[in-house]
Amino acid sequence: MHVVYPAVVAALLFSIGVYGVLARRNTILVLMSVELMLNAVNLNLIAFDVWLRDVLHSGQVLTLFVIVIAAAEVGIGLAIVLAVFRTRKAIELDRLRDLGEP
Amino acid sequence: MIAALIVVLPFAGALLGLLLSRYPHGRSPAENLAANKRAAWFGVVPTALSAALIGWLAWENTPSTNVLTVIDTGGISITVGLEVTELSVLTAMLVGVVALAVQVYSVGYMRGESRYPSFSAFISLFTSAMLLVVFAADLMVLYVGWEIMGLCSYLLVGHWWEERANSRAAIKAFLVTRLGDVGFLFGIFVLGFAADSFRISDILAADIPQSTLVLATLLLLAGVAGKSAQVPLHTWLPDAMAGPTPISALIHAATMVAAGIFVVARLYVLFPQPTLDVLGVAAAIGMLGAALAAFAQNDLKRVLAYSTISQLAYMAAALAGGARDAAVFHLVTHGAFKALLFLCAGAVIHHVGSNLLHHMGGLRRSMPVTFWTMTIGYAALIGLPPASGFFSKDAILYGLERSTSPIQLLLYGSALLTVGVTGAYATRAWLMTFFGTGKIQALPEPAPGTAHIFDGREAPPSMLWPLGVLAVPALLLGFTDVGEFHLAPAVTALVVALLGAAFVYVVWRGSPERDPARLLGAFRDPCEQAFYVDRLYAALFVRPVLALARGVVRTDDGVVDGAVRGSGRATVGLSGLLRHLQNGNAQLYVTGVLAGVLLIAVGAVMLG
Repeated sequence: MHVVYPAVVAALLFSIGVYGVLARRNTILVLMSVELMLNAVNLNLIAFDVWLRDVLHSGQVLTLFVIVIAAAEVGIGLAIVLAVFRTRKAIELDRLRDLGEP
Repeated sequence: MIAALIVVLPFAGALLGLLLSRYPHGRSPAENLAANKRAAWFGVVPTALSAALIGWLAWENTPSTNVLTVIDTGGISITVGLEVTELSVLTAMLVGVVALAVQVYSVGYMRGESRYPSFSAFISLFTSAMLLVVFAADLMVLYVGWEIMGLCSYLLVGHWWEERANSRAAIKAFLVTRLGDVGFLFGIFVLGFAADSFRISDILAADIPQSTLVLATLLLLAGVAGKSAQVPLHTWLPDAMAGPTPISALIHAATMVAAGIFVVARLYVLFPQPTLDVLGVAAAIGMLGAALAAFAQNDLKRVLAYSTISQLAYMAAALAGGARDAAVFHLVTHGAFKALLFLCAGAVIHHVGSNLLHHMGGLRRSMPVTFWTMTIGYAALIGLPPASGFFSKDAILYGLERSTSPIQLLLYGSALLTVGVTGAYATRAWLMTFFGTGKIQALPEPAPGTAHIFDGREAPPSMLWPLGVLAVPALLLGFTDVGEFHLAPAVTALVVALLGAAFVYVVWRGSPERDPARLLGAFRDPCEQAFYVDRLYAALFVRPVLALARGVVRTDDGVVDGAVRGSGRATVGLSGLLRHLQNGNAQLYVTGVLAGVLLIAVGAVMLG
């Protein structure tokens, strides 16, 4: 399989993730978009690892790292979302503007 | 050495008076009284010591020079030193005696005044500065004393600064004399550079070209006209009468205003004929104009002020006519009798509680001592024998008669006319003060700026003693120079003066209630306004300068401050635009970051 196919899929996934981060109002969906972007990167890592026939498989090792860190990150992110929801009864991103210039 | 002590003693008195009078500090009435008492000692004792030392110096009568140090300026060095000459000892004698009399007098005059300590300290400082001028061996040292005198004059004229008119008068006196002092300083520079030394003895001996001398002396003359209240810078002196009367006696009659005449006499050999002619014309105009103005004034102190201008112009005329010794002689006698007249006027004003002649009258009985001493003063002013003024005026008239000056006729005619007018105004003031009927019933409580009213009939002893002491030289000083007496001019002057006096007496006799100044008729108003010189100056100089100052203020407000404020406002406005981006929406920020990354990436690709 030529490396272009996974690369294009990864680029599409990444673009969907960027769109979600920039345009979605729901914080949980934004977090999911971030996961999409991370997984697009993972796909790239695997594809290029195979295509370059890396003896040490460093691409795959790095992917495992990213998965672990992404899991931790989602855990913290969801905890923050919960805390925000408890205090403000809202998780819409465009309503959380306390740091804005009055 | 003695000269240095003479100068330093009053200065030390001034320092002590300023620093220690109010120690320990307190403002209660009792403490004020104690402070005034201490200040009186600090004022009187050093001045008395200084006067005694001057007497010793006069008795020794040996010219000497003492140099403390030479200040190396890189250019022409300045010699800090004192020089004792015959002229300086004579003038210092006058300064010492008058200053002592005034110090003693003001103890009584300023009784209970809360600012008396600074007042007496400034008198001491002034005395020291005047003595420095008199004894200075170097023109720069002389100039230092000259400026300190001007400062003291300002401080003392404005002593009762609560009244706005008084502080205005002080500022006017300061500014007008400063105007002349600028010329004076530049005159010193020209002389110093021409002679390559600021030492007076070097300058007098130097061979300076005529044109340089004319320039330098004309510049000096500006300072002389400012300090000695000569036309055209005379306008400050009548207004300076806003100060306490002892100050008028000391500074504005006897000493500071005589400093200008003194300087001309000190540097007399330097003055070439053209400068003397300028001085003579100013003096001829000044003496007659001021005498006429004195005749129409209603304020006793202003009468004496214009009289001072007129008498100083006499001395200037004598200098212009070549009669230097007569000018110095008149300087000394005038200092004595004019100080006496002012101190008497102070006693009268104290008694009546008003400066105005038409509030006075019939004081002959209630104030016998003041009456007799003031009569002596007026006799000297008119030039009646045997008072001192008779001899000094005779010397001046004799000198002017013999003068070889090209304007001799103008000087002599003006002087003779002024003798007549002097007789008239002195008689008018004398009659209106001491004769007729008393006119005061009850004056309102005087505002600060006027003298206090005493309950007693005559002034306190501390005020009467100086009158008696000054009356002696005013009466007898003329006999010290009696060898120079000339009968013909004396008789002429006496006849003219008596004519003026008799004329006024006859008019006054007709109706004692009315002011003899009505003699002047339609001419009275111009005389009372001193020929509108003040108004002319206001229109020519004061108002344009004020308009210019307002323009500067407006420019400062509009342009300079506007630029500063405008740049601030522009920054705030611009940052207001950027503020709209900081709306708190994190997604917007991320969009911005992404856009930036894209731009950089595209840029890197395009350019790389």
